[in-house]
Amino acid sequence: MRLLTPNWQTRLPGQKYQGSNPDGFMTSAELVEFIADYAAARSAPVRTHTTVTSVQPADDGYHVATDTGDLRCRSLILASGACNLPTVPSFCHAVPSSIECVTPMNYRSPAQLPEGGVLVVGASATGVQLTDEIQRSGRPVSLSVGEHVRLPRTYRGRDVLWWMAASGVWDERYDEIDDLTRARKLPSPQLVGTPSRATLDLNTLTDAGVELVGRWATIRDGRALFSGGLGNQFALADLKMNRLLDTFDEWADHAEPPVECAPPERFEATRAPESHRLDLDLNSGEIRSIIWATGFRPDYSWLDLPVLDRKGHLRHDGGAVDAPGLYAIGLPVLRRRKSSFIHGAEDDARDLIAHLAGYLNGTPANGSRAAATP
Amino acid sequence: MSETTVNNGVNVQALLDAREALKDAPAATKFNWRASCKWQNGTHSTTSVQGFHGLGEEQQHKTEFSFDADHPEIFASEDLGATPIEYILVGLASCLTAGVAAVAQNREIQLRSVESKLEGSMDIQGILGMDSDIRNGYDDIKVTFNIDADAPQADIEALVAQSQKRSAVYDVITNPTNVSVAVNKA
Repeated sequence: MRLLTPNWQTRLPGQKYQGSNPDGFMTSAELVEFIADYAAARSAPVRTHTTVTSVQPADDGYHVATDTGDLRCRSLILASGACNLPTVPSFCHAVPSSIECVTPMNYRSPAQLPEGGVLVVGASATGVQLTDEIQRSGRPVSLSVGEHVRLPRTYRGRDVLWWMAASGVWDERYDEIDDLTRARKLPSPQLVGTPSRATLDLNTLTDAGVELVGRWATIRDGRALFSGGLGNQFALADLKMNRLLDTFDEWADHAEPPVECAPPERFEATRAPESHRLDLDLNSGEIRSIIWATGFRPDYSWLDLPVLDRKGHLRHDGGAVDAPGLYAIGLPVLRRRKSSFIHGAEDDARDLIAHLAGYLNGTPANGSRAAATP
Repeated sequence: MSETTVNNGVNVQALLDAREALKDAPAATKFNWRASCKWQNGTHSTTSVQGFHGLGEEQQHKTEFSFDADHPEIFASEDLGATPIEYILVGLASCLTAGVAAVAQNREIQLRSVESKLEGSMDIQGILGMDSDIRNGYDDIKVTFNIDADAPQADIEALVAQSQKRSAVYDVITNPTNVSVAVNKA
């Protein structure tokens, strides 16, 4: 398992990748080391092996209970991320018990799965990566595809995430985005970080023998029912990818100094199967296991503060949470499109620290909700 | 941006305003659409629509709309109206077309003409009970749009893709829907 961002892009304030393979992708162990080095270099008082069990309001701040003792603070930054719990569809309980169900949180390798067919549900980064790995293990995989974001690994000879950064797409601010709710809910792009820098899209998976089916809508009479709208999911993702590539080309045409890169290219449209099946008998033995790659959600069960909306999302304005002195960082499109990427934290942190310092000094930023705090 | 000359006859601003207003009014977003059907004779029936529920209260179309349905003469019927399965194509076509117009307006694309052809293929061995492996309904529906608009081809394709993404009828056809049928004694 490796990061999706290339090594040169995996950076924290004052700390860059120093190794010999800037275009490679860190393994999880390498990333842990990178972060541990950062903590050591900053002499930050990190408390490892400490679980926060609750956060409650206290006079002039917050009371944080942990399993290694309590803390009091005037200000608090939530950096626990958006991917703490797997999201699974409500009909998962109707899956026959003969089928083993796995989420990305407890998946380790194909070897843990029973022999036989596998249904992977969800075609974002996690879904396509697991589909590829499991299909290679010799188990036939069907992949249920809903809304997804298609990206090539490299474009015009450069990493696609280089283009995202260089062209300015990633710096687009949250208050400049038309439909912020939608931008924040966007599935992760179909990318994988491998030494070969290969693209992993649905055509790659089709070529490898994976069967594509539509979005899994429900289970009826022991049968999985899939949407017949697969073709439009392909069309939407292809159109959106091409619009993004147009944006890159347009930027490159006018970039100063000129960009060193190969000529523009366009990729084969996602090939729709002649006909795709609309249902699958879950009791037939064809499918022996299901991987729910249907996304993640944050766990705020320990946050005893009235800061969640009716759908359980944190109420915040660019990371300034709807409670005095409370901030969030590292959430999708928190302040910029790059906010949930490791290198995206730096600019967000700078903005939020300015706000936080103002709050602590009693000189809050203009128009912020902290201004209303006595 | 505020000055737009694009006019497809869709009041997109009203729709966007409604979306904003409904954000905190979950009950008002619940709609209930209704139709009443009366058997005439043979395979001929008449279905009408007028009232529906939405925005928290009862609503009415300006007039009652009425639809005759029957089967063609090759089914030994009188052919007094469209075949019910053809009404599915009517619903799909009109829903996608309305979507194209609304999305085009929102994206400031002037439409000059939007035409579409729909074909649903079906093996009647299903409805005749000849082969239980064959489904009753369509096994495939093809929609072909011909659109003349002030926009590049990719943008026009994106209109149609977005229209499908937001279409109620497309959703009902492509995804399973619970149908419960109750019977009352007259």
